[in-house]
Amino acid sequence: MRTMYIARSSAIASRVLAGETMVMSVADSTFFTLNEVASAIWRAADGKTPLEEIVERDVCPVFEVSVEDALMDAREFVRELSEHGILKVSDQPILPEAAPAPPGVS
Amino acid sequence: MSALRAVLESATSVATHTRVVEIGGVPIALSTRSATFAQMVEERYVGFVSVNEEPFDLIQFDIELLESGARGFGQSECGREADDAQDSDVSDDELEVTRGKGVWRMCRGDFLAEWDPGTGRGRIRQAMNPYSLDSVLRIVHSLVLAKRGEFLVHAASAIRNGRAFLFAGVSGAGKTTISRLAPVDATLLTDEISYVRKSARGYEAHGTPFTGELARVGAHCSAPLQVLYLLRQGAENRIDEVDLALATQALLRNILFFAHDTELVQAIFEGACEFVQRVPVRQLTFRKDASVWDLVA
Repeated sequence: MRTMYIARSSAIASRVLAGETMVMSVADSTFFTLNEVASAIWRAADGKTPLEEIVERDVCPVFEVSVEDALMDAREFVRELSEHGILKVSDQPILPEAAPAPPGVS
Repeated sequence: MSALRAVLESATSVATHTRVVEIGGVPIALSTRSATFAQMVEERYVGFVSVNEEPFDLIQFDIELLESGARGFGQSECGREADDAQDSDVSDDELEVTRGKGVWRMCRGDFLAEWDPGTGRGRIRQAMNPYSLDSVLRIVHSLVLAKRGEFLVHAASAIRNGRAFLFAGVSGAGKTTISRLAPVDATLLTDEISYVRKSARGYEAHGTPFTGELARVGAHCSAPLQVLYLLRQGAENRIDEVDLALATQALLRNILFFAHDTELVQAIFEGACEFVQRVPVRQLTFRKDASVWDLVA
């Protein structure tokens, strides 16, 4: 499977509130509340780290799930968010467009 | 000379009629050459038409009325590509609000408006009816408030015992019903569009002339906001807790905003997040009788 790079879009609004990450698409106002796994992927979506590496590094060790299962779920999550313009996806590293740092990350 | 007096005197010298509609402490001056339209504004916004001697930020619109029978605004006038060579009209439902070079442009089949927040000046072209102006005012107020973390929301609101209560929900949720059931000692602020502003101690709800099925202009007053209820009709009256994420999502669903503009959406989002941390949000299930008011206020 081809390498997938993901990056947070700048056309969103997001905030961590009471431990939950909330994200809203500017394009269609779709609102997402991310669970812990999704939040981990969201925080790591810097455009230069392949999704597989994010899953292996930030998801599997913390949530005790196999790489295969985690990657399948992660791709589905990425697909859904990208459809609403919240995540950008590419098979090449994604150059920053002044992408927003997630709340709590400088 | 105050900014307001300068507007009124200059308007008089070119035979225009200016009325200032103030909602939530935000005055908007409306100038027209039509005495009839000015009269219509006074009647439509009765209780909210006033002279504010010390406006904090005067917004001014010149209103140009279309001739009777004139066609509505077409796709190209609304900044869209025309579907065909005849430039079909934009329907009254297809509102488009966009920003270019800092100027907001609002277009629907029945009106075309522009507003520069930097100067506060704007222009409206519309037919002789109050509905188009009503829409423009709602849009402009929503833009002004968003920058401050404040907002218009689809909610009925009322004051009781010195506190304001909001009842939010989309069409059919029960806003007008709960407004009709309000006891005599409650002051109705609106049964449709509530006006929420920050205050020294939290938030306040202000009365608006924006009516729903009740067709009754709200009281021109305000009170500290006690709680935001999310409405649902049911077999019994009850109040349930709502977690912050759900409260934020529900509030955002009901906040009025008209443009998919990144800066605007981010401001509204941040405003909603701040609000739910400071004002209790509860799910209110209620029967269609007045007993609900014993529970909520």
